[in-house]
Amino acid sequence: MKEEIIIAGFGGQGVLSMGKILAYAALTDNLEVTWMPSYGPEQRGGTANVTVILSDKQISSPVLDTFDTAVILNQQSLDKFESKVKPGGTLIYDSYGIHRSPTRTDINVYKVDAMEATFDFKNAKTYNMIVLGALLKIRPVVPLESVMTGLKKVLPARHHHLLDLNRQAITKGMDLVKL
Amino acid sequence: MEEVRLMKGNEAIAHAAVRYGVDGYFGYPITPQSEVLETLEELMPWETTGMVVLQAESEVAAINMVYGGASTGKAVMTSSSSPGVSLMQEGLSYIAAGELPALVVNVMRGGPGLGTIHPSQADYFQATKGGGHGDYHFIVLAPATVQEMADFVGLGFDLAFKYRTPVMMLADGIVGQMMEKVVLPPARPRRTEQEIAEQCPWAVTGRPEWRKPNVLTTLELDSYKMEENNRRYQQTYDLIKRNEVRYKEYHTEDAEYLIVAFGSIARICLKAIEDARERGIKIGLVRPVTLWPFPEEIISELSKKVKGILVVELNAGQMIEDVRMAAKDRVPVYHFGRLGGIVPNPQEVLDAFEDRFLKSK
Repeated sequence: MKEEIIIAGFGGQGVLSMGKILAYAALTDNLEVTWMPSYGPEQRGGTANVTVILSDKQISSPVLDTFDTAVILNQQSLDKFESKVKPGGTLIYDSYGIHRSPTRTDINVYKVDAMEATFDFKNAKTYNMIVLGALLKIRPVVPLESVMTGLKKVLPARHHHLLDLNRQAITKGMDLVKL
Repeated sequence: MEEVRLMKGNEAIAHAAVRYGVDGYFGYPITPQSEVLETLEELMPWETTGMVVLQAESEVAAINMVYGGASTGKAVMTSSSSPGVSLMQEGLSYIAAGELPALVVNVMRGGPGLGTIHPSQADYFQATKGGGHGDYHFIVLAPATVQEMADFVGLGFDLAFKYRTPVMMLADGIVGQMMEKVVLPPARPRRTEQEIAEQCPWAVTGRPEWRKPNVLTTLELDSYKMEENNRRYQQTYDLIKRNEVRYKEYHTEDAEYLIVAFGSIARICLKAIEDARERGIKIGLVRPVTLWPFPEEIISELSKKVKGILVVELNAGQMIEDVRMAAKDRVPVYHFGRLGGIVPNPQEVLDAFEDRFLKSK
């Protein structure tokens, strides 16, 4: 098993944290994992992305040119990474703020209205967990329970009362996807 | 069972330093290595092992604190990134001349000048050829994984004390910023004053009545004595060259071509090599782990077997000079590099390889 994922969007959308939670979930499942962020001032706006590789074998390069799965959360990232999805791979995107939809027909494209779904929670911070839920429904690379363990490690203890809200957001994301 | 943890390379350095029993860390924040100092501040080792963690007023101050601490036989270190390490060169020359053990971490970023904050390997010359003044070298370790970022702290100090020399860990923004699995070394206490007195009889620790004062100085106005000092340094360097060459080989047994790359870029090359092998192109990889002393013998040996060598580095061509010296003129040695903070992906490496070796010229 090997899954090469890129998650890309605006700084502040929770792109890096989402990758981190996925990475910790992989750790829980005894998988090999690398988490390689675009680091620097992107964290304060602009585009941010992270490459997460999960594998049952040792991982050589943490830097990749093509991906099994791309999770795309803004137009710039779609323009940049649509062509980088391997044929037969998966592209998941949120149509919020997207004015040019994906055009490739040799990959599996899923539109997930995660931004809209945050309105149900009246909490914009649930956004990346809704997206993560959608990703896990489409590409079940790690089980939900491992993700919750990962989340517990990433969230500082003072935020642990939010674990349940996060679980709801992930579940919501899963429900948004009809396979 | 050993606990497997997930962390950034920079964080691993901090954890490993506390566990090794380092006595002091002196540093000044700079991207992409600020997490070393930040993690140490979070770990608060002054409350557990008694390790000193100090944010100096500048890199110049930090390296001179290292110089002072090392003179007393303590295990002391600093970390910085390229522009900051340039500021430390004077101090490094003094520490090398004083024959003092210390660990200096450079998580390289794009230069020259203030440059960018993104990964680079453009400080190879500075690290391996003596960036400061005078005829000196120190051991340079090039980690490629987060595990090595942790392991080379202990290895670095062991070598530093064995040969009484500074050791540099030459990393880059990729391995500093990426997270992967790591098993941290076991924790051990810092050395006692008694142990330091036994293991470092040269240290300036306050003179007991039974011995002569230890004097550590890099100033010697008698040039004949300074030549003697230099001969002694060179003897140490020869010994290090004989004993401490380290490298890793991948797929070299049947290789028709060779890639030489160090640090995290070697991993990008390894992926390119794996992809090439699926298409029947047999490339091998040598990853120098010590950049000084340079693994010239293995490259010399392999240059007798392969058709050509590609040196891949995040610079305009630095390590290639050492590779060429080892390979003599036996085979063509070409370079591929990206500059200023750009990281090539495996396909770019493969394209560069094909361009240099497989296209009919």
